[in-house]
Amino acid sequence: MSILEYNGAAMIAMAGDECIAIAADRRLGVQYQTVSCEFQKLFQINDKTFVGLAGLATDVQTVAQTLKFRNDLYELREDRKMTPKVFSSQLSALLYEKRFGPFFVEPIVAGLDASNKPYLSGMDLIGAPCFPDDYVVSGTCTANLHGMCETLYRPGLGPDELFETISQALLAGVDRDALSGWGAIVHVITKDGVTTRELKGRMD
Amino acid sequence: MGDSAYSFSLTTFSRTGKLLQIEYALNAVANGRTSLGIAATNGVVIATDKKLASALVDTKEVSKIEGITQQSGFVYSGLGPDYRVLVRKSRKDAQKYGRLYGEEQPVTQLTKYAASVMQEYTQSGGVRPFGVSLLIAGVDVDEENADKKYTPRLYQVDPSGAYFGWKATAIGRNYVHAKNFLEKRYQEDMELEDAVHTALLTLREGFEGEMTCNNIEVGIVCTDDDEPSFKLLSPEQIQDYLDEAN
Repeated sequence: MSILEYNGAAMIAMAGDECIAIAADRRLGVQYQTVSCEFQKLFQINDKTFVGLAGLATDVQTVAQTLKFRNDLYELREDRKMTPKVFSSQLSALLYEKRFGPFFVEPIVAGLDASNKPYLSGMDLIGAPCFPDDYVVSGTCTANLHGMCETLYRPGLGPDELFETISQALLAGVDRDALSGWGAIVHVITKDGVTTRELKGRMD
Repeated sequence: MGDSAYSFSLTTFSRTGKLLQIEYALNAVANGRTSLGIAATNGVVIATDKKLASALVDTKEVSKIEGITQQSGFVYSGLGPDYRVLVRKSRKDAQKYGRLYGEEQPVTQLTKYAASVMQEYTQSGGVRPFGVSLLIAGVDVDEENADKKYTPRLYQVDPSGAYFGWKATAIGRNYVHAKNFLEKRYQEDMELEDAVHTALLTLREGFEGEMTCNNIEVGIVCTDDDEPSFKLLSPEQIQDYLDEAN
């Protein structure tokens, strides 16, 4: 079994009309044994930037802590907030620094830039980024998630429709994956703030 | 930096609490050729006296104003070789910043870096302070404003590592006189064109001999451009400004 599949994860981020949504499952497993249904995989960086980390749980936590540290230092030094683009660049640099002994995480970044235009990026464990304008996925069931997103996604959705779309895509995607699911959480970010909802799904 | 044999700092406190090496470094700056800068509403201008020791020196090969990032540049008064070390280090740090964050290093961060290097050399083993004061000119992206507004910035960094933000300032030979001149002429709503004129007039005030387009250097960065970039004015462009001033 691949090290990236040891703990299990599923996450999606989608872009809407001046809003983004980011969603993830909550399972923490040790191979086939489920250990927690409350494990945090989505992290808020600032008012308008979220990062989702899928992969080995210890690295999820370490990278999340390192990102917070780097973000706080940036805000103190530069007296300004990191834009999602800058955050994504420095996350990519962070991962590549460990090119020959990497963090086993495959992150997705979602945010709104200064003009409230959605920003999405996803990268592999050594920081190779892509910048799609519709959705990004990561985790142990990316094939399922891609299939659901390609089918359900439409551009220009408002916050409520985007929430429905991303939730259905995630819930359906994790049902055929033994290693992800066991609860789900969705954040919807608009210029007015963040709305967080927990999804009621199959707990198996 | 300092060898292990030189693990003590050469810059040490006097009884009165002064760091004399820094004071002497400031003397070296005050003996250097005049440089000045003015921050206008839509850009920044920096200029310097490039008068060289002999008529035989090829002025084209000498470059006092240097671009550091796309949108910022330095000028100095004091010891040229020391200046070039700072230019190299700052350029490298700016590139590192660009690789890490995917965007240009802001002028404020560039200034803090240069200042931090200069301070290091007042508190490290076996080295002396830099014998230059820098004027740093550039524009920063205004994050708050989605229209990508640019804020003009002008900073001075001294050999001690202290840095100051200025609307207009002068350093080097005759700087007191030059600053008084600037104080009288500076206006809050000054635009870049006027600022360049004022800069040239100020430079001419203390100039020994005739000021021509070949024995001064002028650098500008203008926010009216789509992609503001720091550039030197060519001798022809400087000549145009000088002609207008006459």
